[in-house]
Amino acid sequence: MSDVLLAVDGLTTAFDTRAGRLTAVQGVSFEIRRGETLGLVGESGSGKSVTAFSLIRLVQPPGRVTAGRVLFQGRDLASLSEDEMREVRGAGIGFVFQEPMAALNPVMRVGDHIAEALRVHGLGTRAEARARAIDLLRAVRIADAERRVDDYPHQLSGGMRQRVMIAIALACRPPLVIADEPTTALDVTVQAQILELLREMKREFGISLLLITHDLGVVAETADRVAIMYAGRIVEQGPVRDIFRRPAHPYTRGLLASIPGGVAGSRLHAIEGAVPNLASLPPGCSFAPRCLERMPVCAAAFPEVTLLGPERSVRCHLHAGPGSRFPDPDEVPA
Amino acid sequence: MPPLVEVRHLVKHFPRGGGLFRPKSVVRAVDDVSFDIEEGETFALVGESGSGKSTTGRCMLRLVEPTSGQVRFRGEDVLSFPGARLRAARREMQMVFQDPYSSLNPRMRAGAIVEEPLVIHRIGATRERRERVAELFRLVGLDPAHLDRYPHEFSGGQRQRIGLARALALSPSFIIADEPVSALDVSIQAQVINLLMDLQQQLRLTYLFVAHDLRLVRHISSRVAVMYLGRIVEMGATAQIFEDAHHPYTQALLSAVPVTDPDAPRARIELEPSSVDREAPLREIAAGHWVAT
Repeated sequence: MSDVLLAVDGLTTAFDTRAGRLTAVQGVSFEIRRGETLGLVGESGSGKSVTAFSLIRLVQPPGRVTAGRVLFQGRDLASLSEDEMREVRGAGIGFVFQEPMAALNPVMRVGDHIAEALRVHGLGTRAEARARAIDLLRAVRIADAERRVDDYPHQLSGGMRQRVMIAIALACRPPLVIADEPTTALDVTVQAQILELLREMKREFGISLLLITHDLGVVAETADRVAIMYAGRIVEQGPVRDIFRRPAHPYTRGLLASIPGGVAGSRLHAIEGAVPNLASLPPGCSFAPRCLERMPVCAAAFPEVTLLGPERSVRCHLHAGPGSRFPDPDEVPA
Repeated sequence: MPPLVEVRHLVKHFPRGGGLFRPKSVVRAVDDVSFDIEEGETFALVGESGSGKSTTGRCMLRLVEPTSGQVRFRGEDVLSFPGARLRAARREMQMVFQDPYSSLNPRMRAGAIVEEPLVIHRIGATRERRERVAELFRLVGLDPAHLDRYPHEFSGGQRQRIGLARALALSPSFIIADEPVSALDVSIQAQVINLLMDLQQQLRLTYLFVAHDLRLVRHISSRVAVMYLGRIVEMGATAQIFEDAHHPYTQALLSAVPVTDPDAPRARIELEPSSVDREAPLREIAAGHWVAT
């Protein structure tokens, strides 16, 4: 079996609304290898969550996947029946959402959530499922798991609920877990614990992780590779260390530079303007209107993917063709 | 000169429970909090959810009535002001809220939202108010041509600018900003922070900044107070807090902040809740650096 667990190629998801067709995800391609964490980074409206829902075929109408291919363990997910797809969700791909309180059923005990996940996939009897639920709660470092298994979601703190969500996602031992802003609703000390737990789960269960976040700090601490999304497209991807050291796309550079740091009280580097409305995307590169390095060509055509190395790619006219200009580490704004 | 704002032994208890089989109890949201804010500085209250930092800010403007304590503004006790005097005082003390989506009336035009404080305080004739609103729009980087638009026609960052223009309408000297950028996208946060810093210089504003983002607090504050379970556990100049934290909670909080350098060494410090003495008083361990241990 190949090393690539998930291969996404040209994924496009559109919403047909009264305002016309909004393309939330456009031509998105990436791979996730076994045991690896890919960070998918973007601001609100960048299409990162729609990408995740498109992968597991849970985009709600009027949205639909209009193009592209998703290969999971070598199988084309679009070709599966709804029953087969249900098997993939949970047993193949686990999910952790941002708001655990909204994702958990308030009148079901913690253990029943996990048991349900197991039984849907035909794994064990009621008694076995309960024992396994307690094991899983222990695995996600919930103290006193034998008692907690009978708690209701409201009896748990935010961090504990997110641990339960992770236990549910891991219940059927899926090789891939998608975590959509798993720590955004949490306090910073709890966030640190959950990120640590995700790293441990990766080691212990050997899972791959697709981590969706807007926080570059979370990516730096957790991901091996990162893909940066802007207005529905991946504009840059590559190994985290390399991208943070030598960001190629002006948007990536701007994001990194806008994080407070440097001289206290100094002006922050801001990206002027606002994220474009998907209904009125500018012609050419979507980032061009905010870009400090825009050239005439930027308003004419969206740049194709340029490979900057075996692992790195970017969509930017600065790097297209022979005149490609790859910034030295010294050039990167601090 | 006395400090612009003096908060003394501020307490806010919220009653809780009192169900059929449950005795009544109180949540000590703010539990004996004292600090000073000097004119022209940015003082930050940091802490996690439930630490009481927002309630402290709200009590200072009496948006929530405190249970006890004193809040002095230019030496006068705001908490003892009767209604009319309080309204007058509010011209000087304004608030910017976290959520630019829910804090603006969706049925009012942006210009009317900014003008409203002037109308309430009966300042200026209609034409003068119109001019003032246009001036405020320009001040916060909005186009006065958009005065007649509704809040939903603006982006999140622009909405936060509208909230700021409204807060500035009465020319206050003191602004409490409660998580003013935490609902905004990363690329927009820096714009609003830069604007807040520019306005502070231009208009000689004093800020109380209530926030959980420590990277931001480090960047813009002159002094910081760290709150934990309703109390200030450490307070001092920004450098004292970030480079020489003494309280175990401050140390745990700082160590939890994600660092954007993939190679940075990571040393998490976990807080052992039993290691925190909730009754310990603040004592000064260096000039201006206070720790409750």
